[in-house]
Amino acid sequence: MTTLTKPDTSSAPQDPAGDAPFLSVRDLYVRFATEDGTVKAVDGLSFDLERGETLGIVGESGSGKSVTNLAILGLHNPRNTTITGEILLDGQELTGASQRTLERLRGNKMAMIFQDSLTALSPYYTVGRQIAEPFMKHTGASRREARARAIEMLAKVGIPQPQTRVDDYPHQFSGGMRQRAMIALALVCDPALLIADEPTTALDVTVQAQVLDLLKDLQQETGTAIILITHDLGVIANTADKVVVMYAGRAVERGTTREILKEPQHPYAWGLLGSIPRLTASVDVPLAPIPGSPPSLLNPPSGCPFHTRCAFTATVGGDRCSTERPQLPDGRGSACHLTAEQKRDIFIEQIQPRLR
Amino acid sequence: MLRFLVRRVLGAAVILVLISFVTYLLFFALPSDPALLSCGKNCNPQNLALIHKNLGLDKPIPVQWWNYVVGIFAGRHLPLGNCPAPCFGLSFNNDTSVWSLLKDRYPTTLSLAIGGSVTFLVIGVGLGLISAWKQGSVFDRVASSISLLGQSVQIYFIGPLAIYLFSVQLGWLDRGHDPDWTSDPVGSLTGLVLPCLIMSVIFWSNYSRQTRSLMVEQLSEEHVRTARAKGMGSKYVFFRYALRGAMGPIVTIFGIDLGSVFGGAIITEATFGLHGLGNLAVSAVLQSDLPLEMGVMLVGATSIVFFNILIDACYAFIDPRIRLA
Amino acid sequence: MSEQQQQSLEKASTLEPTPSLAKVPEQRPEPGERLLEVTGLRKYFPINGGFIFQRRVGDVRAVDGVDFHIDKGEALGMVGESGCGKSTTGRLVTRLLEPTDGKVVYAGQDITHADRKQLAPIRSEIQMIFQDPYASLNPRQTVGTIISGPMEVNHLNPPGGREKRVRELLEIVGLNPEHYNRFPHEFSGGQRQRIGVARALALNPKLIVADEPVSALDVSIQAQVVNLLQQVQQELGIAFLFIAHDLAIVRHFSQRVAVMYLGKIVEVGDRDSIYNKPRHPYTHALLSAAPEADPDDDGRERIRLAGDVPSPINPPSGCRFRTRCWKAQDLCASEEPPLIQLGGSKDGHLTACHFPEEPTVAARDEDIVLDPALAAIEEAADKTL
Repeated sequence: MTTLTKPDTSSAPQDPAGDAPFLSVRDLYVRFATEDGTVKAVDGLSFDLERGETLGIVGESGSGKSVTNLAILGLHNPRNTTITGEILLDGQELTGASQRTLERLRGNKMAMIFQDSLTALSPYYTVGRQIAEPFMKHTGASRREARARAIEMLAKVGIPQPQTRVDDYPHQFSGGMRQRAMIALALVCDPALLIADEPTTALDVTVQAQVLDLLKDLQQETGTAIILITHDLGVIANTADKVVVMYAGRAVERGTTREILKEPQHPYAWGLLGSIPRLTASVDVPLAPIPGSPPSLLNPPSGCPFHTRCAFTATVGGDRCSTERPQLPDGRGSACHLTAEQKRDIFIEQIQPRLR
Repeated sequence: MLRFLVRRVLGAAVILVLISFVTYLLFFALPSDPALLSCGKNCNPQNLALIHKNLGLDKPIPVQWWNYVVGIFAGRHLPLGNCPAPCFGLSFNNDTSVWSLLKDRYPTTLSLAIGGSVTFLVIGVGLGLISAWKQGSVFDRVASSISLLGQSVQIYFIGPLAIYLFSVQLGWLDRGHDPDWTSDPVGSLTGLVLPCLIMSVIFWSNYSRQTRSLMVEQLSEEHVRTARAKGMGSKYVFFRYALRGAMGPIVTIFGIDLGSVFGGAIITEATFGLHGLGNLAVSAVLQSDLPLEMGVMLVGATSIVFFNILIDACYAFIDPRIRLA
Repeated sequence: MSEQQQQSLEKASTLEPTPSLAKVPEQRPEPGERLLEVTGLRKYFPINGGFIFQRRVGDVRAVDGVDFHIDKGEALGMVGESGCGKSTTGRLVTRLLEPTDGKVVYAGQDITHADRKQLAPIRSEIQMIFQDPYASLNPRQTVGTIISGPMEVNHLNPPGGREKRVRELLEIVGLNPEHYNRFPHEFSGGQRQRIGVARALALNPKLIVADEPVSALDVSIQAQVVNLLQQVQQELGIAFLFIAHDLAIVRHFSQRVAVMYLGKIVEVGDRDSIYNKPRHPYTHALLSAAPEADPDDDGRERIRLAGDVPSPINPPSGCRFRTRCWKAQDLCASEEPPLIQLGGSKDGHLTACHFPEEPTVAARDEDIVLDPALAAIEEAADKTL
């Protein structure tokens, strides 16, 4: 079994050596203009990522996790989207970069894997051609070299008979095969940053395990930094080194995977963990869901966005939760008005017993 | 692919047989007797019976129809003259071979249909592509207003206006004449420019709107986003990925429009005084000329069926999911 | 388990009667009252094709000989991957589809080929909850109309009137009774699924078939609906056929669990047997693949299969799992293993396998990695270490 290097738990800004992190996102805001008003899809998000590391971004639908990553790649629709903040990839500023600059980076230094490989691959071109295209564009390889590279990549991700399957169309592949082809496509230029948006959500359980392990193993080989976007804490536990939990466009908690899963601090993270049944937990304890539903990003709640569903606003006292926005500290921490002692006590007394 | 084509051709043959039979039935359902027309003023029963016999109208309808169908492939010896295959009969009106009439007229209609189609596809799809590329621009908005206007005009209204303006007043364009591709290809082409342009007006506005909305839809498709995520340039993504996806539906719409295209060609003929199948059909109906009616009907139907198969083949060529299903 | 035991076990299983004769033996220690009994259930969907004339050229064998039963008030979970036939089974049981072969007996009555009239009284007792809360509610009807619809169709007039009953139901499923006159689009996904539950409860059903009832919902909302269904099951004593792909949710909800693969039940038993002492290699693979939100989760075996589930159009001969199984031998291709009680399994725990696994999910000495790409990379990595 492969073992991942233990991630550096302190986040980069405190790095005494002064080396900038490989990817640094600072105060990212993404807004969409719609007919109904402005959607605050991402609202002041910051995180860092080092080479060879996997960052999990966890959140439910509408939490802004996918939008963040489309913004990093510059794939948002510029007509109705405004992005402010800083995205530094290996020292290069990406917000406001020209399309030409981004095109040179996309598929080359940074690549993306999408959720549904059936719709994310073009039905009109062979799998081989779709993999070869970016290789030709970014390396200047000839058609023949690119085809050889496509076959090599297909073999690497475990497509049987890659020499013949390279000429197949996506619809001739099974779901698991297609997702592997998608991975081959993303990795064809050895990207330094790979963004995987729910890469296994559309797959069956046994195939999901194969594909996740494959991603992990390939990362070992190439040292790619991975951002893994998912709603599934189980996937996170298996693959990520550190985690950002997002809610209503904001990061509400940050820590190592172990910290997030074992000692979560934010009431939303408690809710998420309490909502999922486990294979080993007692079946007689009912699940502890979060009441209500996620808020609309057209009109997000004031103060802490989670206060409308939070059971601990009274513990904080007054109307602080609904008026004052809690800040997320750099490094390990959560954006919540509860004091560190309160968080610890509530977790140990009320939350932890339910997670066993 | 071959299986598919063979199946479609066989299906088309069945359709054509049905069409010919229904046309026969309809003709005899009408109260007028073609023999009376050619019998003239001094008509007596003996004359009438003779004419009936000469025209082949004395036999039962299914037998007449069967002889007709066999004649197309094998030729016939008719009382009024010999008719080699492909025999579509002799015109009741002037005993000339229907096939020679069709051969004479069909090129005009086909040239108009093809020329008009090419014109409106180029203009319509082209405008739609530019609108989609420059979404929300002044061009986009002007193009969409013009499209609305284009859909509300009629060929027989703008045709004469265009002749007056462009050929009589300005002298820029030929006022339109029948093409003769073998002896004068250049003249045939210039003679078709104005009719094709006018005919295209009623079609291209629809295609520009459809193309624009299809492209906008395609540009937000996930596979197009993947192409952008690979770092492919925006023009490349636009033409290779989005347009490729929009082509199928455009071809489908064109397939549905085929009937209207031939209809449009016939109206254009009339407007520009050209000699195509249109006025042949009109005179055939007015004179109860069964063989001519049948001929025009079958040639028109065969054309539409043939182009439909061509379009299906195009569709399979565009979309590998259909080709390899 | 010793090797000897293993061998005797294999022998025992191969000596069992042929699969067509194999029935689910009634070996529950305290058999409750049977509500539903399904035997030899098959559903083939014809594939038409051919040159010129359309004819039947093959079948999708969605469900291909399935036996199970559900007792009164019991929740049977059904897990499996896409294409295993679990949803089709649900639709056969509710008779939304007519079986190709086999028998569905509900409360002693054979409903396999019952017509609409015969089904009418039973339809009110078997209800269905669907996966997609957006597509399964008529957008033009109010919540009141949607929920009272089943009562109207069945000419049911509860005391106090239908409206009163609808308000009661809304309260039971945790919605505001005042929302009687609202339309589905005014509700969130989770609330819509509650409306679906209320509609299913409107006729006091005895059996609810829930087909992936929470998989379209967000994680935090899933738990709300699971809790609601569990409460309904326990408090109203309604039996459930709970169909889902999420192993943890099925475990949480069901007293007994059936594991399906390519149209067959490969293993069935009570919850603890299936999750702690599985015998079928596929069950092992499934459990090992299920992601668990626990960083300390290293004590479990690691099994990584190769490839995807084969097509149900031309399923493998003999045991259908053999093409992806690490224990497969010649026998597996020639003879279909019957679903039987194995030595060493708890009563009522049935497995269809010629060469069953040890009844444990603990980590093995060596991982089973069948995926060629994974195996290659991991082998290379091991060498460099």
